[in-house]
Amino acid sequence: MTDQPNFVEIRHAQKSFGTLEVLKDISLSVERGQIVGIIGSSGSGKSTLLRAINDLDPLTGGEVWLDGVQVNQTLSHRQYEKHINQMRQQVGMVFQHFNLFPHMTARENVTMAPKMLKGLSQGEADKLAQEQLDKVGMLERIDYYPSQLSGGQKQRVAIARALAMQPKLMLFDEATSALDPELVDEVNQVMRKLAEEHMTMIIVTHEMDFAASVCDRVLFMDQGVVVEEGPPSILFKNPTQPRTREFLRKHLEAAM
Amino acid sequence: MQKVYPFFLEAAWTTVLLSVLTAVLGLICGTLGAAARLSRFALLRFFGAVYVSVIRGTPALIQLFILYFGGPQIGIQLDAFEAGVIGLGVNAGAYMTETIRGAIISIDKGQREASRTLGLSQWQTMYKVILPQSARLMVRPLGVNINALIKATALVAAISVVELTYTAQRYIGSTYKPFEMFLLAGVLYMIIIYVTGRGIAWLDRKVQIT
Repeated sequence: MTDQPNFVEIRHAQKSFGTLEVLKDISLSVERGQIVGIIGSSGSGKSTLLRAINDLDPLTGGEVWLDGVQVNQTLSHRQYEKHINQMRQQVGMVFQHFNLFPHMTARENVTMAPKMLKGLSQGEADKLAQEQLDKVGMLERIDYYPSQLSGGQKQRVAIARALAMQPKLMLFDEATSALDPELVDEVNQVMRKLAEEHMTMIIVTHEMDFAASVCDRVLFMDQGVVVEEGPPSILFKNPTQPRTREFLRKHLEAAM
Repeated sequence: MQKVYPFFLEAAWTTVLLSVLTAVLGLICGTLGAAARLSRFALLRFFGAVYVSVIRGTPALIQLFILYFGGPQIGIQLDAFEAGVIGLGVNAGAYMTETIRGAIISIDKGQREASRTLGLSQWQTMYKVILPQSARLMVRPLGVNINALIKATALVAAISVVELTYTAQRYIGSTYKPFEMFLLAGVLYMIIIYVTGRGIAWLDRKVQIT
């Protein structure tokens, strides 16, 4: 390696589904503690890019690096499994549809992975569940099942579940898109809190206001390429690319 | 008429025993079959698919005949009861393969993704996340499979296992009462099936927490 990779570094990411090219040569680097937002219309490839970072949607070309280790290595099945499980423990992911485990309480959702993968005792796991659920304001619902929680509450538990593995990086894939409008804020507040703690985050979102207020940098993606990127103050106020202006204008209209 | 009751009860016990052993073997074959059909190895998936389509594509009676009458020709010597259990168990397993596989693949893929994202392996994901959820979906349809296999045990009368149907046929000769004999056998089948059905319903309630 000639150049030292950044904390998160994506090099020439390329992804095709058959003949459809959804990511076209995307490069991106994120420094430790940085918060990067990815915006764009649906089908622009932003979720695919995010999901490539922990190899949930493996790239067909290019490299993903996290903290000096290449995530998408070509290895034998057995070695790859070991490697990727190791990598994924360092990357928390929050999904649009929460994907909480419905047969487990909030406590069990949070502690299952740390117990299995880090060998926590029941006592340590309970302490961890209390800490993490308290952080997202869900301590009083610790023994509730997901079916007994609202969408916003489910998403907060899902964030606590991801944080319980003490990840170096958090990925948010439209974390508030499936929520009723009045429930969005409680999830955003939790994400803001993480931002204040300097958690490195990559956030795919449809919420321009949130991206503008939280992110250090915002990328606008369209048709598999990064059209424009920059600090939110510039990207949202003075975009240089016509496609960015068009997207933001439409979004603004839709919001009004 | 009363003279035949003890023989029918003994025969009913044989049917129960046959059903239990068939169900156990069926569950084993079904689990292995589902594992094969969901395997990442193409060859195992192929064998799983062949197993299911061959067994489901031919009459169970023919399968029993091949095993019991045809078996000795290729060096498989089984008594009638053994042939009955193995033949029916392997047969039930093919149906259970599809039940179990269906319950596993019906779990939302977001569940697997959430689990893998936390760093759990494929096996840990299956064991902690997928199976506990699909087990709840399996109980009732497996109950349907078991209901079917209990009734299918009647087929082994044709290879002379002394179970309910065979016993009914046998005593027609001495009593000249086919109506009563078959009715009695039918009632005993129904009791066995009713009790099993209640057991399945109880188990189903038990796994549906929350």
